[in-house]
Amino acid sequence: MRSFDYFAPQSLGDATSLLRRYGSKSRLLAGGTDLLLRLERRLTEPSVVIDLKKIRALSGIKASGKGLRIGAVTLMEEIASSPLAQGRYGIIAKGAAAVGSIQTQNRATLGGNLCNASPAADTAPPLIALSARARIASSRRDREVPLEEFFLGPGKTCLQPNELLKEIFIPAPAGRSGGSFQRCTRTAMDIALVNCAVFLSLAPKRETIADIRIALGAVAPTPLRARPAEDVLRGKNPDKGAVEEAADRAAAGASPIDDIRSSASYRRDMVRILTRRAIEEALKEALGSRQQKKWQR
Amino acid sequence: MAEMKKRLRVTINGERYEKEVSPATSLLDFLRTDLNLTGTKEGCGEGECGACSVILDGRLVDSCLILAVEADGQEIQTIEGVGRHGRLHPLQKAFAEKGAAQCGYCTPGMIMAAKYLLDHNPSPTPEQALEAIAGNLCRCTGYGSIVDAILSAAKER
Ligand code: FES
Ligand code: FES
Repeated sequence: MRSFDYFAPQSLGDATSLLRRYGSKSRLLAGGTDLLLRLERRLTEPSVVIDLKKIRALSGIKASGKGLRIGAVTLMEEIASSPLAQGRYGIIAKGAAAVGSIQTQNRATLGGNLCNASPAADTAPPLIALSARARIASSRRDREVPLEEFFLGPGKTCLQPNELLKEIFIPAPAGRSGGSFQRCTRTAMDIALVNCAVFLSLAPKRETIADIRIALGAVAPTPLRARPAEDVLRGKNPDKGAVEEAADRAAAGASPIDDIRSSASYRRDMVRILTRRAIEEALKEALGSRQQKKWQR
Repeated sequence: MAEMKKRLRVTINGERYEKEVSPATSLLDFLRTDLNLTGTKEGCGEGECGACSVILDGRLVDSCLILAVEADGQEIQTIEGVGRHGRLHPLQKAFAEKGAAQCGYCTPGMIMAAKYLLDHNPSPTPEQALEAIAGNLCRCTGYGSIVDAILSAAKER
């Protein structure tokens, strides 16, 4: 590691003024499970590292009638085990639980996972499916963007050098809803080859899908919303054929890469399969214990 | 750039330490090089093998992916503090009895992961024991004897 200066501000205001002062010469440190690797390999050589973990306001999960707020330095383990991140928000707990070993779970943070902007980040598709918004702070102004607009490319986010991710806000889902998070990997501990999250809500007293969001990871430079697939199902009381058509469209819209972990064509097949499973599971959850549905085998 | 040192106060295995340290030092290097606590091992240096596992403020972590300065004001348990007053911890005894250490390089990290498990779950199932060491690689044992050792230590306690 090349030498750098280190600050651990206690307040958000102190952190944003440090950022204003050092801007692109600095790197923000949350859990460090990605940053330390990059520092060790000299892929990044900041002159200043700003540790955000001492800032109380950036930590923890809070629920209200409006929705769920998760601070940027909240640990994966805290999200995976929080009673607040269960039930209708359950897919984010599942995504967090998928990230790495116990040691990583105990150190890696939600904000770090998102700001690192890996196309395979396991927390991104669940949050995008849940219509999450990124709350961003700087010394000048705060702003909020839909999480799907937060990612610009591998390792790139919409954050300016003077900005930091403060928290994620998930609006409370209306009515009967269901979600699913699916992922496939080479080994249990490896990063996802493909991951997929679905979140849907039903029309009042009916079995029609009022709204659905499907998000895919590791199949494009950024986490991807599968809008053509959503369009097949929105406003429908879906049968098996419609679910399969949606899954096909999700696969057709993905642009995965060949790499040492897997081929592009395998990834594309897995998109189809995981999307189908995720839609089925989300429907099952939303419909609860009603009778066998026609989209099931 | 000139070396900027930071003052670091930590409690390790119940003992207080105060040292000047360069921010660009991992917690692992600080333990091994600055404090000569060489029980904690470096395998990969990349968060993959768990050989560097320590318990930091009650959480099992990989010390190779943490800066020493991040631990300021915190409490660390390392393998050196697991046995007390010259007596082996039940996990250490069980590892020896069950042949759960061969070359021994993974053993300190394994014991820390196993201790973290037993601190939270005093009577784990074999599946839970295996899951608890999923972040720790062993090239020698095939893990069977390690799981046996953890389960037998759990009965001991
Ligand atoms: S040396 Fe830290 S995980 Fe391998
Ligand atoms: S005993 Fe050799 S690596 Fe585990």
